[in-house]
Amino acid sequence: MTELTKLTLAKARAGLANGNFTSTELTNAFLTAIEAGNGDLNAYVTVTGDAALARAKESDDRIAKGDDVRPLEGLPLGIKDLFSTEGVHTQACSHVLDGFKPRYESTVTANLRDAGAIMLGKLNMDEFAMGSSNETSYYGPVVNPWQRTNDNGDLSNDKLVPGGSSGGSSASVAADLCLAATASDTGGSIRQPAALTGTVGLKPTYGRCSRYGMVAFASSLDQAGPITKTVEDAGLMLAQMASHDLKDSTSVDVPVPDYTKVLGQGIKGLRIGVPKEYRIDGMADETEKLWQQGIDWLKDAGATIHEISLPHTKYALPAYYIVAPAEASSNLARYDGVRYGLRVPGEDLIETYEKSRAAGFGREVKKRVLVGTFVLSAGFYDAYYTKAQKVRTLIKQDFDKAWENVDLVLTPTTPSPAFAQGEKSGDPIAMYLEDIFTVTVNMAGLPGISVPGGLSAEGTPLGLQLIAKPFDEETLLRGGEVIEKAAGRFTPAARWWQS
Amino acid sequence: MEVDETTVRRIARLARIEVTDEEAASLKGELSGILQWVEQLEEVNTDNVEPMTRVVPIALKQRDDVVTDGEKVEDVIANAPMSEDNFYVVPTVIE
Repeated sequence: MTELTKLTLAKARAGLANGNFTSTELTNAFLTAIEAGNGDLNAYVTVTGDAALARAKESDDRIAKGDDVRPLEGLPLGIKDLFSTEGVHTQACSHVLDGFKPRYESTVTANLRDAGAIMLGKLNMDEFAMGSSNETSYYGPVVNPWQRTNDNGDLSNDKLVPGGSSGGSSASVAADLCLAATASDTGGSIRQPAALTGTVGLKPTYGRCSRYGMVAFASSLDQAGPITKTVEDAGLMLAQMASHDLKDSTSVDVPVPDYTKVLGQGIKGLRIGVPKEYRIDGMADETEKLWQQGIDWLKDAGATIHEISLPHTKYALPAYYIVAPAEASSNLARYDGVRYGLRVPGEDLIETYEKSRAAGFGREVKKRVLVGTFVLSAGFYDAYYTKAQKVRTLIKQDFDKAWENVDLVLTPTTPSPAFAQGEKSGDPIAMYLEDIFTVTVNMAGLPGISVPGGLSAEGTPLGLQLIAKPFDEETLLRGGEVIEKAAGRFTPAARWWQS
Repeated sequence: MEVDETTVRRIARLARIEVTDEEAASLKGELSGILQWVEQLEEVNTDNVEPMTRVVPIALKQRDDVVTDGEKVEDVIANAPMSEDNFYVVPTVIE
């Protein structure tokens, strides 16, 4: 049954519709694959097999009767642990939410459920989505299914990171432990892990998907999106995940198009911007080469290429490391050891808060909460927080100006391919630089997609990023499809986690 | 900006996170490192620039001021680490 797990979302959907297999068979194939592979990869933190099989049976009944078959009927997905799922483990992989099982469902997962999709379980992630390597999870690191190739051509046993924060999502999709996964992106947490695992990651426009029921990190930046095997699958997922939701005041009331309708349209006549400020020192040669390759592919498909300037690019990351921790320190104030989650009793209430939060938060989370508390504290607010929000305005204006002349912007997704566990954990700034090409998109609220573009000298995936105007995910998908067609799909050479 | 251990402790107190001596010492370096790194923003001229308040230009939505949810005491209390008679239980606050 391993062949079933290798299907794309679109192919699995067609297979179910044609009666080639049942949702029960498909779901069982994934549960078997998870059972065999999760010990090595640590992509799932909880598996909901019985519930998944019950839902699969319901889907099979609907498909057999042929009535009321929904858009994602019977298709098994992985859900990032950051989405509230009723009665099921939801901790954003933090110890501070120990034992938390929400009594309600996030809008995104409710939308997917109502579309007939099946949840296989909850996926590992960096604690509260703070990290770029999935090494900050309370449940331990996720391992990238990809391995490096040594100089002598053998596969190395070094454990590579799957990117982060959506490392469970990227690894499970790359390793065929689900058809597609939900993820979330605050500074690059969908696109960077997608790039490091040879998968497609789509971060929609801020406001496209409801944030209701997502564990909050930085509310003005957080946005849900899919990690999938193909660009088409990303369109299929987004069409169901996106909605206007009265429960999220920043959710935007614009119609959700059928994103798959634009596929195959090509990009003839589109104007592609290439920002000169993204040619940074320390970018790997192979990244630079891939970027040029991407430019050529888009040109060959009939687009025109234009050098553009986004002058405030270099300030996006430092501004982000003020805005995001500030919002996080405020959002994470709710974890008090009283209403839910971990409680470590103290002599009085304040000591109970302090001990619960000290025991519940990991190192990276504590550090960011403290940075956020500092930049919001009396006497420093204007110098740090207001300044960063002003810089953010300038970053958005850079893009507004660019959109006068181009329809899409092409950049690499990350400066370099997947690194080994522990390689960057000692140097916080080096880790933060993972998001240097992705974070501008969050700061400006734009949609972005990472599509696999090729392999590094080490044989590991590299991603290309496209950025579009607000709510122009359709053009993003059209451009992504052109890259995908030219580059082909990439899957790990050895399926070592299956044995 | 370089922060000292006293500042780290003051911030940790504001954030209600207990820190050990060892943590305070290492956080001092890490926080200083991050704060110094973000100070490159000082190079940017932001005179007459409005701080961003929203990325998508929409008016904040309003709805009728009516109760739409509630009567869910059980749901609210379900995840409490300690509760009694539908109340959260905490250490004595008022002597």
